[in-house]
Amino acid sequence: MSIIVEHVSKTFGTYRALDDVSLTVNDGELVALLGPSGSGKTTLLRIIAGLEIPDEVESSAIYFHGEDVARRQVGERQVGFVFQHYALFKHLSVFENIAFGLRVRPRHLRPTKQQIHDKVTELLRLIQLEGLGRRYPSQLSGGQRQRVALARALAIEPKVLLLDEPFGALDAKVRQGLRNWLRRLHEELHVTSILVTHDQEEALEVADRVVVMNQAKIEQVGTPAEVFHHPASEFVIDFLGNVNVFHGRIEQGKAVLSGLAVGDRAARSASKNAAASETRQGHLYVRPHELEIERYLNGSPAIPALVSRINPAGAFAKIALTTNEGGDIQVDLPLERYEQLGLQTGETVFVSAKKARVFTPDYVI
Amino acid sequence: MRFALKQHSVLPGFGITLGYTLLYLSLIVLIPLAALMARSASMPIGQFWDTVTDPRVLAAYRLTFGASLIGAAINAVFGFIVAWSLVRYRFPGRKLLDSLVDLPFALPTAVSGIALTAIFAKTGWLGQYLYPLGIESAFSPLGVTIALTFIGLPLVVRTLQPALEELDAEVEEAAASLGANRWQTFWRIIVPTVLPALITGFALAFARALGEYGSVVFISGNKPLQTEIASLMIIMKLDQYDYAEATAIAVVMLLASFAILLSINVFQWWVGQGRLQRAA
Repeated sequence: MSIIVEHVSKTFGTYRALDDVSLTVNDGELVALLGPSGSGKTTLLRIIAGLEIPDEVESSAIYFHGEDVARRQVGERQVGFVFQHYALFKHLSVFENIAFGLRVRPRHLRPTKQQIHDKVTELLRLIQLEGLGRRYPSQLSGGQRQRVALARALAIEPKVLLLDEPFGALDAKVRQGLRNWLRRLHEELHVTSILVTHDQEEALEVADRVVVMNQAKIEQVGTPAEVFHHPASEFVIDFLGNVNVFHGRIEQGKAVLSGLAVGDRAARSASKNAAASETRQGHLYVRPHELEIERYLNGSPAIPALVSRINPAGAFAKIALTTNEGGDIQVDLPLERYEQLGLQTGETVFVSAKKARVFTPDYVI
Repeated sequence: MRFALKQHSVLPGFGITLGYTLLYLSLIVLIPLAALMARSASMPIGQFWDTVTDPRVLAAYRLTFGASLIGAAINAVFGFIVAWSLVRYRFPGRKLLDSLVDLPFALPTAVSGIALTAIFAKTGWLGQYLYPLGIESAFSPLGVTIALTFIGLPLVVRTLQPALEELDAEVEEAAASLGANRWQTFWRIIVPTVLPALITGFALAFARALGEYGSVVFISGNKPLQTEIASLMIIMKLDQYDYAEATAIAVVMLLASFAILLSINVFQWWVGQGRLQRAA
């Protein structure tokens, strides 16, 4: 079941939560809406669910499998919605929570008692909580509760599964486990799913495609690899993991940034739209693992910096450096390279970039 | 034991606060009640039995408990609606309406009794329309029920309001997304969630009605065997300096009220905690 959202806006009073957003989700896909709080991702999800009504705009529409559902109530859309804080029915047992969606169906559509029992038992097995059907939500851990919430949403055999920060309230370890489990579950069921998260790691790990949102708009849509390696904007590169920012200018198709002249390729792509002779303000973005540290200048452009802190615990040695101008640089060195260099805090080294992205603001200083 | 409790408690003062609680409850509640029991115990059992089984007294008991139960039940339904609209909707005059709810508490009961009588008597604002329909709204058991409903309303509304405010909007959205219509969401989700508060409100309104005197005696008309309430019977005995008989009637009231309130509490416990019991 594909989902198409066209030109949807939403304002709360004077606050614009969504600004003319369009999005297509393919049948059977798992898409993550990623963004900081206030970016409009939850509002978009709730509009797709029918829990929120979009602003009346001529061209705005929401299609489920080609059918316009914009005027339909949440109950008629056949969506499974999973809330951040579970929203379980506290006075009902786990079994009754899962069975709820089946029991409230109109009489002629309602399954028999035996069918409901079989269905719920099957779902309890799916969420690995067999034998806990008679427990109450208050007797379960957070991770178990969220699995019950998921089973409850799946019981109505939804055409679309919508998850609003489903693991946001759980601790890191449980979150990792549920993340993998959700991915496996999606491969098993292939329900079109949309997951809202502010955790870039979660989005990149679980989703087929990632939708990066910022300030009521979509910044970029792409596979996890695309958005990570080819970010379309400064916001995307900044939001998806740690990054070093160097300020400078671009002269004649070459970037000169804090003394760190960068490879022609990156600079060329940045100045593609500008006349080659123009001098423009520019920002150079380099991820920590894309920087290299050398003890001596070897001819390639590099900037001197002072090693201020070393943290070798992890897959990479994390080196914090300070430039002469007082700027901070973060470098992730492979451990063997770090050992080979034998770095000490307090020494001066040279930092060069293996790879970089240049973004120029649209205005000329 | 004390040592253990002291160790587990973060806040100091367990000993002194519990001691104060016991002392206070003894002075204010237990000792007067004990005096009541002692007083009635001083009379021979035969006379005690005769007093409390007097047809007039029995009729008063029936009316008091019956009208109190009906009044509390009416309040449970309509108090729920009042609390619901005060919590759920934002409309002009909401604050004013909200403070109106407390009026039955603030008014001296005799004043509300006179006001109610003026409205519901044969020539009153409402009575003049009700009497031609054959509804005796004053000087009748119905009048007593009206008065007892009036005084119990704030208790139900004020107990339900916090419970309704705590309702999680997401839970209702979850029910809606699962295909439940509003009616199903209300009956299957909202009512069971606030049921403990509703029962508490009902019990409080009922208890308040049992002891009510001032607002009832005017509108009831105090016709023997018909519209006399138990409190009135006690006052009448006291007027005749018949303290022993008055306490006898009071003791029966006390025991019956205690039994009913206790069973309501047990029911409430069963509704709240029983879930866990059944699950274990």
